[in-house]
Amino acid sequence: MVSPMNQNRFILHEKEYNEFQSVLKKLLIDSYAKVVFLVDKNGSLLSSAGETGDFDTTSLASLAAGNIAATGGLASLIGEKEFSILFHEGQRDNMHISLVDNRLILVVVFDGRSSIGLVRLRVRRAGEELGRILKAVDETAEREEEGGVIEELTEADIESLFK
Amino acid sequence: MSFINYSSREINCKIVYYGPGLCGKTTNLQYIFRRMNPGDRGKMISLATETERTLFFDFLPVSMGEIRGFKTRFHLYTVPGQVFYDASRRLILRGVDGVVFCADSQITRMDSNLESFDNLRINLREQGYDPDRIPLVLQYNKRDVNSLASVSELHALLNYRNVPEFEAVASTGVGVFETLKGIIKLVLIDLKKGGR
Ligand SMILES: Nc1nc2c(ncn2[C@@H]2O[C@H](COP(=O)(O)OP(=O)(O)OP(=O)(O)O)[C@@H](O)[C@H]2O)c(=O)[nH]1
Ligand SMILES: [Mg+2]
Repeated sequence: MVSPMNQNRFILHEKEYNEFQSVLKKLLIDSYAKVVFLVDKNGSLLSSAGETGDFDTTSLASLAAGNIAATGGLASLIGEKEFSILFHEGQRDNMHISLVDNRLILVVVFDGRSSIGLVRLRVRRAGEELGRILKAVDETAEREEEGGVIEELTEADIESLFK
Repeated sequence: MSFINYSSREINCKIVYYGPGLCGKTTNLQYIFRRMNPGDRGKMISLATETERTLFFDFLPVSMGEIRGFKTRFHLYTVPGQVFYDASRRLILRGVDGVVFCADSQITRMDSNLESFDNLRINLREQGYDPDRIPLVLQYNKRDVNSLASVSELHALLNYRNVPEFEAVASTGVGVFETLKGIIKLVLIDLKKGGR
């Protein structure tokens, strides 16, 4: 799906970042999860909550995106639009991966303290809220097309990276 | 699509190494991984076959320092070069901000280079990119082999856009960081210009 942004970038401001963060925190508690991650479809980590110290979050974000991309490819081969939920069951920990508005990926890691039914329910509710925040992100992006740090970049700034 | 996070003050961009099978894409990333300060790069993930051919992708996140108070991070990916992995290549190209086309300098590989380059253009177009405008650099790799195509031959074959081109021997690291810097510059300049 093409996003309403006609730009080649996704800009996240403090306000929406904090809102994402509080949805994740609530989801973490309500679903008795160990950790939850929010990732964009290209594999950048947006936000996380829980015992993230045990995880390589950058790798996790990239692989979750790869996983969604690959299953999306499989889906279209059998004429499905997308598999919007993936569930991986482990010996101890399980992973629930779902798409939000076809743009963001929500990852929930949980163990026996929770259950797939509960996680599914809580994820659905969190997904709706994340979708609302995402809309706000888009509206902000449309309003302030100019004036960000990027437009002010000079060639000298770019060169300075390689000094 | 780059991702700019004002909260953590980070700019994230995605760079994809493309090229025919065995041209040395994975070797580029391995060299970058080995040579960069561990604090400036993450783990390298390789989804490969048992014979070390890329199956889905390699992934290496690197940080290149700050611009105007923003940390710059680049997510480097390689595609699987073997012809029959085309579906995977298309997926990896999604959201790309810049491409390194890695060509194999061996004379016998000229057809494969061209085939892969055409395939890149088709797949970019399919993802909604203009293949004549996306940030692109060329790397002529394996300059250490015996039966070698000249740089001007490679240029004539692939570089009709006249983008920056780099000679390299990825297995010893020659030209690897020059190539990376080349594409990073183009990506940041493109980002500054805004939508394409
Ligand atoms: N002589 C020489 N060999 C190289 C050079 N760069 C890479 N190689 C070798 O070429 C072989 C293939 O390299 P890879 O980096 O795995 O190739 P690739 O492009 O990732 O291949 P796929 O994953 O199949 O697409 C390895 O044995 C490398 O050591 C080079 O500059 N010179
Ligand atoms: Mg490879």
